[in-house]
Amino acid sequence: MSVEATVPEVADVANRRTQRPAAATKFRSLVTNRIGSAVAVVIAVLWTIPTFGLLISSFRPEADIKSSGWWTFFSDPSFTLENYQEVLFGRASSGALATYFINSLVITVPATVIPLVLATMAAYAFSVLEWRGRDWVFVGVFALQIVPLQMALIPLLRLFSSSELLEPFPFLSVWVAHSIFALPLAVFLLHNFMSDVPKELVEAARVDGAGHVSVFLRIMLPLMAPAIASFAIFQFLWVWNDLLVGLTFTGANNAIQPLTARLAEMAGSRGQDWQLLTAGAFVSIILPLIVFLALQRYFVRGLLAGSVKG
Amino acid sequence: MASVTYDQATRVYPGQERPAVDALNLEVADGEFLVLVGPSGCGKSTSLRMLAGLEDVNSGRILIGDRDVTDVQPKDRDIAMVFQNYALYPHMSVADNMGFALKIAGTPKAQIRERVEEAAKILDLTEYLDRKPKALSGGQRQRVAMGRAIVRQPQVFLMDEPLSNLDAKLRVQTRTQIASLQRRLGVTTVYVTHDQTEALTMGDRIAVLKDGLLQQVGTPREMYDTPANVFVAGFIGSPAMNLGSFAVADGKANLGDTHIPLTRTTIDALTEEDKGEITLGFRPESLDVATEGEEGAFAINVNLVEELGSDAFVYGQLAAREVAEHVTSGAGEAQLIARVDPRRPPMKGDKIWVKVRAGEAHVFSSATGLRLPA
Repeated sequence: MSVEATVPEVADVANRRTQRPAAATKFRSLVTNRIGSAVAVVIAVLWTIPTFGLLISSFRPEADIKSSGWWTFFSDPSFTLENYQEVLFGRASSGALATYFINSLVITVPATVIPLVLATMAAYAFSVLEWRGRDWVFVGVFALQIVPLQMALIPLLRLFSSSELLEPFPFLSVWVAHSIFALPLAVFLLHNFMSDVPKELVEAARVDGAGHVSVFLRIMLPLMAPAIASFAIFQFLWVWNDLLVGLTFTGANNAIQPLTARLAEMAGSRGQDWQLLTAGAFVSIILPLIVFLALQRYFVRGLLAGSVKG
Repeated sequence: MASVTYDQATRVYPGQERPAVDALNLEVADGEFLVLVGPSGCGKSTSLRMLAGLEDVNSGRILIGDRDVTDVQPKDRDIAMVFQNYALYPHMSVADNMGFALKIAGTPKAQIRERVEEAAKILDLTEYLDRKPKALSGGQRQRVAMGRAIVRQPQVFLMDEPLSNLDAKLRVQTRTQIASLQRRLGVTTVYVTHDQTEALTMGDRIAVLKDGLLQQVGTPREMYDTPANVFVAGFIGSPAMNLGSFAVADGKANLGDTHIPLTRTTIDALTEEDKGEITLGFRPESLDVATEGEEGAFAINVNLVEELGSDAFVYGQLAAREVAEHVTSGAGEAQLIARVDPRRPPMKGDKIWVKVRAGEAHVFSSATGLRLPA
């Protein structure tokens, strides 16, 4: 008995010594697992509730929306697709989002592809090719980001209003505007990413017989895929959600206005149709949601890319 | 297959006055394995990159075979290069890495596959062909880099310290593999290293560079036995040669109580600029243990004994303290290295007498550092 009494004591001392860090790590893992998860869940719920309410409202009849909150849906469910019907294919004054949806698509896809194509090539020129004054030009391009977008609107408008190209290509001005506003950041981001690619890789390819075009297409582009994808998502969401540039450069021309411009007018001239905004919002969210979910794997990787070697 | 010729090739980096490579004249024969060796910053890598076309040639010419490639793009030079960090394409499988050059050249797929598999067999890579470089060990990556060069069947192999990222054991293994592979393929090879052991063991010939200047070219044996100047003498050989500045008098080189006889031709070759001094070099293995009072014998205080089994090296200092600092070796200032019988090594703190074996001293002009006739 006495032997047993002393042994735990010794073990206790030893334990206490080892337990302190063990307890600390245990606590840390508890925080990161339980409490961390709980906080994340609470934030996520708080963030999602309004959107969720919007979703439910969009399926409620006009009278209900205007008289009671969305949560009454649970006690007194009434379901209708009328709002969507009205928004997508309704009378011209307040609805027919379908055509604007197509407009937005026609604006967004080229406005994403054009700056990406130009920026990857520019990034190659700024990071791999060596020419006199390269760094100064690069600083210049980067500095262009300081120029507020609003400052360029009027000069650009004047440029385009006198252009005859708008006749055959009505979307041209929006494409160009979005592309030039995106380019400085795109060039900067892709340049930084490309500079992280070891230069021996390019040298090896050149010794292997590749010219600059092959190096660009076969070495750089595959390695840049995550960065390109992540920038593509950024630019796509930005253009899709943009109202200012779209509104300015499409003028009052309903035939080429993007979804956002239509959405802003949807409530009607006196705001009488505001129940339609719920459905309109979900129509405009759907595509960004698809893009994000499809590419989110690249999104995360692209943001991390470059921070970890390999 | 082709020879390689550097003709007064010079490279000056922008913003620097001193050329990184200064008027390099060097000829590499067809099928030869030439090692460029020197301390870091000596211009050896730059020389190689000039040959690869990755570095401009400011003046002079570079020829591969009879073709002047000075202004030819790297892709058109028909060379293959192995980089220090291997520079494997991370997004391609091993097979694609090795076949990349052929693919660019438009070789038919079946032929690419055949050549890649052949090279993979030589390098023991067959089972890894479908893996990405990420999933390979350092040694395997190194072999893939070699494979990428072999598959090309180029006129010249260029290797830029290909072994420096491997651990010591693998390095020794791979060293012999590369050397024997090169002999088998018979492709002209220029190999850059800072490790003189690699240079001695692998090269048909060695070229030593320092500060962008070519110091000496020769077979490993020539480099070891007749170094052209003090720098080469101190650089080639491990442990390094002992070098001391001695005063010349009475046909002897004198340092303190040490008197080492010089030949008539050596003394005749001395000029006024040498101011009656001469630099004498002797390798650790050229020293014999002697007894006090013997002609040319000098005393060493033993600081350290390094026993390697086959050899034992004594690190020590000249017993004559006032002149000890005149002697240097690979172990540092005022240090001297001597090889002794491993069966009977002296103890630390002992005083031993050694003597340079007749005819094994190297003599250099103290003014120019150049070798004098013995």
